[in-house]
Amino acid sequence: MGVKLLLEKAHVENIRLYDVYRREGGYRSVEKALKTMSPDAIVEEVKKSGLRGRGGAGFPAGMKWSFIAKPEGVPRHLVCNADESEPGTFKDRYLMEFIPHLLIEGLIVSSYALGSNDTYIYIRGEYAWIVDILEQAITEAKNNGWLGKNILGSGFDCNIHVQRGAGAYICGEETALIESLEGKRGNPRIKPPFPAVKGVWDRPTVVNNVETLSAVVPIINMGGEEYAKIGVGRSTGTKLISACGNINKPGVYEIDMTISVEEFIYSDEYCGGIANGKRLKACIPGGSSVPILPANLLLKTAKGETRYMNYESLSDGGFATGSMMGSGGFIVLDEDQCVVKNTYTLARFYRHESCGQCSPCREGTGWMEKILHNIECGKGKMTDIDLLWDIQRKIEGNTICPLGDAAAWPVAAAIRHFRDEFEWHVLHPEEAQKRNYGLAHYADPIHVPV
Amino acid sequence: MSEQPLFKVTIDNITIEVPAGTTILQAARKIGGEVAPPAMCYYSKLQGSGGKCRTCLVEVSKGSEKDPRPMPKLVASCRTTVMDGMEVKNITSPKVQDARAGVVEFLLLNHPLDCPICDQAGECHLQDLSYEHGKEGTRFEFQKRTFHKVDLGDKIQLHMTRCILCYRCVFTADQLTKEREHGVLDRGDHAQIATFIQKNLQNDFIGNVIDVCPVGALTDKTFRFKNRVWFTKPVDAHRNCSNPDCCGEVQLWMRGDEVFRVTARKDEWGEIKEASNGKTGWICNECRFEKKDVKDWVIEGPTKVNRHSVISQGHYVGVTKPNETFSAVMKGRDPKLLMDIHSVSEVNKPNIELSLLDRPAHSTDFNQS
Repeated sequence: MGVKLLLEKAHVENIRLYDVYRREGGYRSVEKALKTMSPDAIVEEVKKSGLRGRGGAGFPAGMKWSFIAKPEGVPRHLVCNADESEPGTFKDRYLMEFIPHLLIEGLIVSSYALGSNDTYIYIRGEYAWIVDILEQAITEAKNNGWLGKNILGSGFDCNIHVQRGAGAYICGEETALIESLEGKRGNPRIKPPFPAVKGVWDRPTVVNNVETLSAVVPIINMGGEEYAKIGVGRSTGTKLISACGNINKPGVYEIDMTISVEEFIYSDEYCGGIANGKRLKACIPGGSSVPILPANLLLKTAKGETRYMNYESLSDGGFATGSMMGSGGFIVLDEDQCVVKNTYTLARFYRHESCGQCSPCREGTGWMEKILHNIECGKGKMTDIDLLWDIQRKIEGNTICPLGDAAAWPVAAAIRHFRDEFEWHVLHPEEAQKRNYGLAHYADPIHVPV
Repeated sequence: MSEQPLFKVTIDNITIEVPAGTTILQAARKIGGEVAPPAMCYYSKLQGSGGKCRTCLVEVSKGSEKDPRPMPKLVASCRTTVMDGMEVKNITSPKVQDARAGVVEFLLLNHPLDCPICDQAGECHLQDLSYEHGKEGTRFEFQKRTFHKVDLGDKIQLHMTRCILCYRCVFTADQLTKEREHGVLDRGDHAQIATFIQKNLQNDFIGNVIDVCPVGALTDKTFRFKNRVWFTKPVDAHRNCSNPDCCGEVQLWMRGDEVFRVTARKDEWGEIKEASNGKTGWICNECRFEKKDVKDWVIEGPTKVNRHSVISQGHYVGVTKPNETFSAVMKGRDPKLLMDIHSVSEVNKPNIELSLLDRPAHSTDFNQS
C-alpha cells in the first residue's frame, strides 16, 4: 500500500459533511497556517515541498506563487482551475465530489499565503452537480468561521466564489480561464504579461489546479520537507492518476510516484491488468494531449530501464521515445484497439475545442481531422501520412496557447510509433474496415543500443 | 519621450535604436523593406490587436544583452517588445520562413480564393501575402468552409467565407463606436464574425471596418462590383465634415470624373494614416458612403502609390511617353530575345539602382551626377 495523502479519508462515510470532515482532522492546516505561520512562510514551505503543478505542465507550484506581483493597493486573486476537460482525466472531479472540504481547506491556506481575499473556483459547466457540493461545503465552512471576515482572529478575510464555465476545453488554459471568468469570450491571452502580473481584471493572479491546491493541506500539516521525502527526485508527494480504458479496475488512484508503470497496470492494487485477458498495445499516460506510447516503450525506456510513474521517468527520451506525466489521465489501449481511430477521435476533439483565435490551430486541427477521417474510412493515401506529419509540425510551437501543441503531439506520436498501422490502413482499406491491425510488434522487446 | 531609454535591436543583421516598449514589428517597420514581417491581424491603430494570425512570427536568436539566451519558440513580433541588445531573425531564418509558409497555407485552407470576383482583389493583404510567401497549388483536398453572405445594414456586406478571423473589425467597432454590435460567434474553424441574430450595424464610424479588413470579407455595398480597384485612380481629397471625430481627409477612387469609392488614406503598411491634424484618419459613414460627387470634395492631387502596387499599373504620374517607336529605336532589326542589359552595360551607369525609383526610369535619371 502506497502513501495516501489526498484520498486517505475519501471513503469515510459522509466525509462530504463538515462535521465528519472536521472530526477526521480537517481544517487543521488552516489553524496551523493562520495562527502560527506568515504568508511568506507558507510559500516557503510549498517551495520546500517541491510540489509541482498537477494540471499538466508540472511547473513548481511554490515558484509560481513567488512570482506573483505585489503592487500596493491592488488586490490579488487565487483562482482554482477546476475546468478539468482533458479526455481521460477525471481526478479533480473525484476529489471535489467525494472530499470537497479538502479543496476548500487548501484554498483558504493558499489564499492566505497569496493574500487573496476573493478566491474563485472556475469549474467546468458539465460538473453541474459538483457545483452544488462545493457551494454546500463553502456554506458550511463559512458557518463555522473558516471563511468570511477575520478568520480565526487573524485579520485575514477570505471568500470563495464558484463560477461555472460553459463547457469549453480551452477555458482550462489559464489565460482563457481568466477571460472567461471575467465574462468574456474564452480566448487565451497573449503572454507576456503573465497572470502573476496581470490576471483577473488586470490584477496579479495565480491559477492552480484543484489537486495542486488540495495538496497544500498535507504539506502544511506535515511540513514541506517531510512531504518532499515522499516520491522520488523532483517528483515529490503523491499524484492522483485517473486510469481508464481496457483495464480491469478503472478509477482514480493515488500513487507516490515510486512505482513502475508495469506495476501500476498489472498489480491488483491499481489497474488490475488488461481486461478480458488481452495484451497491452499502447497507452496514453497523461491525458489525451500527451504523446501515445507503444507497450514496449511504455514499460521500458529506450535505454532498457524500467519506466516509473513519475514526471522524469515518463518523459525520459523526450518525445522521440518518451511521453509526459501530464494531468494523470492514464488511458490504456489493448491489442484490439485501432490507433488510427483513436488518433482520429482525439483530432476531432481538438478541432471541436480549438478557440479559433490563431490560424495554425484553427485551420490545422480541422485539416488533420479530415485527413485522419479519410485514412480511417479507407480513403487515405500514402502521402497523407507525411502531410499529417508536416501539418502537426507547423502547428506545434506556433500558436498562442498550448492547445496547438496538445493537438499536434498525439498525431505526431501516433505517426512516430505506429506508422506501419497507418500504412496498413492505407494499403488495405477494405481489410481495415473489417478488422484491426492488432498488437503486431508493438510489445516486442526493443533493441537497446549498447 | 526623452527620458525613455533607447534600445539597440538587430533585425536581420541591421541594427537600429528604438525607444523601450517598441515591438519587434514596429522596429522592423522602421528599417522597412523586406525586414518588416507581414501582419494580417495586427493594426497599430487598434489596441489589443495582433498575435492571432501568426504571420509575423520571428526568431529571437538573442534575448537581450543581459540575458543572451535565445527564445525557445518563434514569437509574434507584433506583440513582443524589444529588449536592449536583442537579435532577431526574420528573413534570415529558415525556421521563420518555414513557419510562415505554413501559416499562409493555413490561412488559405478555407479561403475561397475567389479573387477574380472579389472587390478586395488588388488591395488584399492576403493576396500579397500569398504571392510573397505562399506556394503554388494546395494540399487541401476537402470542401472548404462556406457561409451565406450577410448584409450588415444597407452599406456593408459580410462575406464570412473569405474571413480570416483577424478580429480587426471587432476591435474597430469596440474602440471607435459607442456600442459594439458585432463580435465572434462559435469557435474553431466554424467561428464567425456576426451580429447576433442579424442586427444592422448602424454607427457613424462603422464603415471603417471595411478599411481595416485585410481580405474581402467586409465590403462596401456602394462599391461592390462597380469597378476593379486597379482601374480606378486614387486621389487625395478632403472636405469639412460636420462630424467632430471625422478627419475628413480621404482618398477618392475615381475613374474619369466619377467617384466610385471613398476610403480613408492608408500608409505603406496598409493601415489608416494619421490625418494632418494629428488624429488617426478614421472617416465617418457620411463621407464614405454619401459623398460620391467630386463637387463635395476639395481635390488635393493624385495619391502617390508605390509603383510595385497593382493599383499603379497603367497610370504612372508625371511620366512622358517616349515618342520614338520601338522599331525606330531598333533601326528595323527584329530581336528574338530581349534582355536587361542595364546591369552589365557601362553606358547606363550600373551604379544607379533602378529599383529605388518609384516610377519608370527616365533619361534624366541617367544624366544626373
